[in-house]
Amino acid sequence: MAHDTEHGGNTASENTVSKRSMELVVAGLFMALATLIMVDNWRLGASWQEDGPGAGYFPFRIGVIMFAVSAATFAIHLRRLNAADPTFVDRTQLRQVLQVLVPTIVFVISIGFLGIYLASGLFILFFMRWLGKYPFYKILPIAVLTPLFLFMMFEIWFLVPLPKGPIEAALGY
Amino acid sequence: MDALLSLIHGFGILADPMNILYMFVGIFLGVLIGVLPGLGGANGVAILLPLTFSMSPVSGIIMLSSIYWGALFGGAITSILFNIPGEPWSVATTFDGYPMAQQGRAGEALATAFTGSFLGAFVATLLLTFLAPLIARFALQFGPAEFFAVYLLTFCSFVGMGKESPLKVIAAMMLGFALAAVGIDTVTGQLRMTFGSTELLRGFDFLVAVIGLFGVGEILLTMEEGLAFKGKTAKINSRVVLQVWKELPKYWATAIRSSIVGCWMGITPGGATPASFMSYGLAKRFSRTGSKFGTGEAEGVLAPETAAHAAGTSALLPMLTLGIPGSPTAAVLLGGLLIWGLQPGPLLFVEQKDFVWGLIASIYLSNVAGLIVVLTTVPFFAAILRVPFSIIAPIILVICAVGAYTVHNALLDIAVMLVFGVIGYLFKKLDYPLAPLVLALVLGDMAESAFRQAMLLSQGSVSIFWANPLVGSIVTLALTMLFWPLISAGLARLRPRAPAPLSP
Repeated sequence: MAHDTEHGGNTASENTVSKRSMELVVAGLFMALATLIMVDNWRLGASWQEDGPGAGYFPFRIGVIMFAVSAATFAIHLRRLNAADPTFVDRTQLRQVLQVLVPTIVFVISIGFLGIYLASGLFILFFMRWLGKYPFYKILPIAVLTPLFLFMMFEIWFLVPLPKGPIEAALGY
Repeated sequence: MDALLSLIHGFGILADPMNILYMFVGIFLGVLIGVLPGLGGANGVAILLPLTFSMSPVSGIIMLSSIYWGALFGGAITSILFNIPGEPWSVATTFDGYPMAQQGRAGEALATAFTGSFLGAFVATLLLTFLAPLIARFALQFGPAEFFAVYLLTFCSFVGMGKESPLKVIAAMMLGFALAAVGIDTVTGQLRMTFGSTELLRGFDFLVAVIGLFGVGEILLTMEEGLAFKGKTAKINSRVVLQVWKELPKYWATAIRSSIVGCWMGITPGGATPASFMSYGLAKRFSRTGSKFGTGEAEGVLAPETAAHAAGTSALLPMLTLGIPGSPTAAVLLGGLLIWGLQPGPLLFVEQKDFVWGLIASIYLSNVAGLIVVLTTVPFFAAILRVPFSIIAPIILVICAVGAYTVHNALLDIAVMLVFGVIGYLFKKLDYPLAPLVLALVLGDMAESAFRQAMLLSQGSVSIFWANPLVGSIVTLALTMLFWPLISAGLARLRPRAPAPLSP
């Protein structure tokens, strides 16, 4: 991938966590997950039952293979100790990614309380104001019309109900 | 000639004006999806799938497959004008497409790309028309062991053909299988890996996973690169198009070669992305102007686009005949078939003639329609790309959230989508491939039940996979694919001075 190589040689201030550590963490997570899969399916019956393969027969084998390949990936990266270990993500890049990820998490949580339409409008408003630095007269039409269009499309044309909150209830929906 | 008659019947189904309308709407949405970052063929179709539940299966598949063709066309626009591949399979298009745009030949590059796409798709559709019924008839004799062998071949080809580390390909694939197994086991009724949670009873829906992995993950990745898009403008008029068409016959050999590479890679689940790279590499090697590739050669745009479109189209062949999709987007279309109550596989050609031939006929028409749409609307889509990312990104994230919710009307699915988004971002950064994960998630249940039935027949002995020549040769081929990275490394060691073989 272009992203990885382009930002290979960084100044120390841009370093976050090395790519090698990230590889180890992800391979480790795979191994932990594989262990979980194996344990749960062993409980269900991973061996041959009287009437055929048990419920855990297939998934248990999946867990075994997953553990084996991830352990190999883990071992490869554990042994690879060369000087040129690029950083996983630049500090600037990480900040930009979090600038999207954190508001999105808040947006997803707020859908349950506000309904998807109000939450979407607020999310777009916040995003354009905070990251785009747009004036309100440019933000408001987009932040209002997008949820309104979604509402028309789903609730009225296609009759697919989306999560609604107090505003819609007050308006009689 | 059976196929020809069936095809004519298929065109009859298309005579319904609503189907033609759905086709144009699909293509337009598809190009839009292909152009926008964070929305692509797979997750675009996944998001729009719930909207088609109320349509008839024929209209539904025509619209969804048109979205797919549109997305294939759309990827070229961003590659050429902005040097940003809208889709992974158009990365190779940037190599010569963007230099052409810099020299002010953007219109020429676009017209070449679109015509190449059209040619590739046309060849693949011909193949689909005449080969699919034969394969389907042949596959009617398949038992569980044969089906499992074909699944095995599908998954092993990812290992043999992927450019990622084989260990990571297998790990991603196993994750897909494991996620597919979560929930109630359909055979024994036991709960698997739910850990006492009622929310996990439903299991993980691959549509939600696709929207997260490809949609949210892509947005996060795009954010790394910052918010700015700087693009070239393009005008396409009929004079440029005619001039390009006059030039194209020169490249007939490249067009044919790329179509063949594309069809092959689409049927085996290599997919459109490796097909486009391989085709670009071959064109560079065989072209007389090969040394000038990368500086703005029309042939270098033609080759990857033809192959990508041929691969994308022929990915439908194994999906329709065997129920095994050749690409993530074909996997989503397969999910659509299951939701509409159609069982993909050889019986489809016997029991659902209208559906199959309506779809195949629509591919011919929608590629003509697609060519017309993209040639006439390029300025519009180029203008959309100039909308700043800080406006586009929240809107796309809202659309993803809506799409994830509508799959099961479950709020938790939106959170699951977000988790998959982070997984998609991590996987892309660390070169874990997403396609095997998605395909394993889609096919997990079917592969498992084929495996169990085969094991029941043989009372637990794996010898059933070599019980007859057919299943034996498929399994052997699959294992060769699986161990191909080791085999090719071994061969390379035996002949250290031989030229490196082309990627398989």
